[in-house]
Amino acid sequence: MNDATGSPRAPAIEVRDLTVAYREHPVLWDIDLVVPPGVLMAVVGPNGAGKTTLIKAILGLVRPAAGDVLIHGRPYGEQRRLVGYVPQRGSVDWDFPTSVLDVVTMGLYGRLGWFRRPGRDERRLALDALEQVSMADFADRQISQLSGGQQQRVFLARALVQDAQVYFMDEPFQGVDATTEKAIVALLRDLRARGRTVLVVHHDLQTVREYFDEVLLLNVRRVASGPVPQVFTEDNLRLTYGGRVAFLDVASAAGGT
Amino acid sequence: MDILQQLASDYTLRTVAAGAAVLGLTSGALGSFAVLRRQSLLGDAMSHAALPGIALAFLLTGSKAPLVLVLGAALAGWLGALLVLSVTRSSRVRMDSALGLLLSVFFGFGLVLLTIIQRRPDANQAGLESYLFGQAAALLAGDVLLMTAIALVTLFLLLAAWKECKLLAFDREFGESMGLGMRKADLLLTTLLVVSIVIGLQTVGVVLMSALLITPAAAARQWTDRLSTMVVLAGVFGALSGVTGAVLSATANRLPTGPVIVLCAGAMVALSLLAAPRRGVVWQRLREFRSGRRLRMDAVLLDLYALSAQHEVPGHPHDRRVLDMMARPTGAAKRSLRFLLERGYVVRTASREWALTEAGTERARELLRSPRGGGSGS
Repeated sequence: MNDATGSPRAPAIEVRDLTVAYREHPVLWDIDLVVPPGVLMAVVGPNGAGKTTLIKAILGLVRPAAGDVLIHGRPYGEQRRLVGYVPQRGSVDWDFPTSVLDVVTMGLYGRLGWFRRPGRDERRLALDALEQVSMADFADRQISQLSGGQQQRVFLARALVQDAQVYFMDEPFQGVDATTEKAIVALLRDLRARGRTVLVVHHDLQTVREYFDEVLLLNVRRVASGPVPQVFTEDNLRLTYGGRVAFLDVASAAGGT
Repeated sequence: MDILQQLASDYTLRTVAAGAAVLGLTSGALGSFAVLRRQSLLGDAMSHAALPGIALAFLLTGSKAPLVLVLGAALAGWLGALLVLSVTRSSRVRMDSALGLLLSVFFGFGLVLLTIIQRRPDANQAGLESYLFGQAAALLAGDVLLMTAIALVTLFLLLAAWKECKLLAFDREFGESMGLGMRKADLLLTTLLVVSIVIGLQTVGVVLMSALLITPAAAARQWTDRLSTMVVLAGVFGALSGVTGAVLSATANRLPTGPVIVLCAGAMVALSLLAAPRRGVVWQRLREFRSGRRLRMDAVLLDLYALSAQHEVPGHPHDRRVLDMMARPTGAAKRSLRFLLERGYVVRTASREWALTEAGTERARELLRSPRGGGSGS
C-alpha cells in the first residue's frame, strides 16, 4: 500500500499493557492485543466489560493510566490519518440541524485541517460514500428524518470518506434492521478485500463465526484473542461472561450453526 | 410611521436601537451554538459571573469607561466558565449543580462588591449598579462603535472556524479522533460566547443577558433544519427584538429597555413555537388531526370490506349502525363515511345503506397489502 502505512509487516493495531481506570476503579486492565492487517475482528464481552472504553482509549479519547498503542507500527498520534471511527449511533443528537451529506462531509474535516472549507471535491467524495451505503437519495435529507438503520449507514459513510486503513466501529449492528445488517456485513467484507483492518464492538454472539475472522473476548481483562475457530470456544465464553452465562446459548454460539 | 420618524430624528433612540441591534445579532448567532450544545445555562452562569468582574475592574482602576468594565466582565465570565468545566471534570458534581453553584456564588460576590463600592465616600461610584438590569439610555455613540467593532471580529472568527464549531457541536469525539483540535475549538467558541455576553451587559444587564442568548436561537430552531440558516435567523431575531425593544421602551412611558427587549424576544419564541411549519405546535396538531382522521377513515373502509367479503357481491350494502358498532370509538363511523363518500370509495344506496364502490374495494385491498395498513394516499 502507500508509504504512510509504515512497515508492511507490522500489525495493523498493536496495544501494549493498556490500563484505563475511572477513579481508581479499573475499566480495562493490562490489555495486550495484536491485530494483523486485513482482518475483521469482533470485540465481544458483557456489559461494562470495557469494549467502548477500549476503542476510545486506542483513539486517545480516554486517557489511559498506562499503555501504548501502535497503528501500523507507529504511535497512534502520528497515524491519525490512517484511522477511521464509527461511534455509537446514540452518541450524537440526531435532531441537530444538518443534512445527511453534511454529516458525511465531516469525515473529511480532519484531512482539510483548520479553516479550510469543504468544496466540490469533498461533496463528490461524500456522495460516493453515500452511494456505497445505498443512501445517495437521502443526501439532502435532514438527519432527524432517518430511521435507526439509515443513521447507522450515514455514520458508516462518514467513516468511508475518511479512507482509513484501520477502522474502529462501536456497535454498528445495534438496533438496525436485517437489510442494514446485510449491507454492513457486505461493507465490512469489501473493506477486508481492500486490505483494511476493522475492529468491531459486537453484541450478537450467534453471528461472530459468520461475520468475523478474529475475535477479542474482553471482560476488563483480555480473556482471549485470535482467530475465531481457535478462540471462540465455549470455555472461553464462559470465562468471559462468568455467571451470566445462563442467559446465553453459549454452546450453540460457540459451536456455530 | 410615527415610530420610524422618531427613530430617524431622535439621536439617543437611534444610538440605543443600533446598540441593541448589534448585541441582538451577536448573542443570537453565538447563542445558537450554546443552545445546540445544551449549554444554555452556561451562558446564564457566565453573564452572572461577569458582575464581580465589573466591580473589581472598577475597584482596581477607578475607571468607569465601558471598555475597562467590559474587559473585567469578560475575564470574570471566562474564568467562571473554566471553573464550571474543571469542577465537573474533576469531581462528582454534575454540570447543572456546578452551574447553579457558580452562578449564585459569583453573583453574590458581585452584589457584595457593589455594596462596598456604593458605600465609598467619593461621588464617582454612582451608576455601576445599572449593570444589573442594564441602562440602554446611557449608551453613547462611542460605546455603540466599540460594540460593533467587537461584534464584527466575533462574527468573523465564528465564520472562519465554522466547520470546526459545527463539528464540535455535533460530534466532538469524532472530531478529536481525527486530530482536529476540538479543545481549541471549544476554547474559541466559549471565548466568543463570553464576548457576545459582555457586549450586551451595558444594555441588558447581567441578570437578563442569557435570555438574549437562548431565546432568539430557540425561536430560529423552529423555522429551519440548517445550521447556517438557524444562526443567521437567530441573529436577525436578536437584532429585531433589540430594535423593537428599544423603540417600544422609548415611546411607551420610558419602560426599562433591557427587560422590554427580552420580552420582545420572548414574544418571538412564543410565536415560533406555535406557528412555525413542521415543528410548530399548531402544525403538529393539524397533522395529528389529519392522520387520525385518515386512520379512522381507513378503518371504516376496511370494516365495510370485511363485511362485504361475507357476501358474494363485493359491493353488498350495510347499515351505518353496523359500522358504528365496529368503529373505535363506537359510533364514530358517520364522519368517516362522509369523507369516504367525498372520495368516491363508498356510495349510499336507495335503502340508505352504505356500500363499497369499485375504487373503494381496490383501496381496501391496497391497504391490506401495504405493511403499515396505511400508505400515503389521500
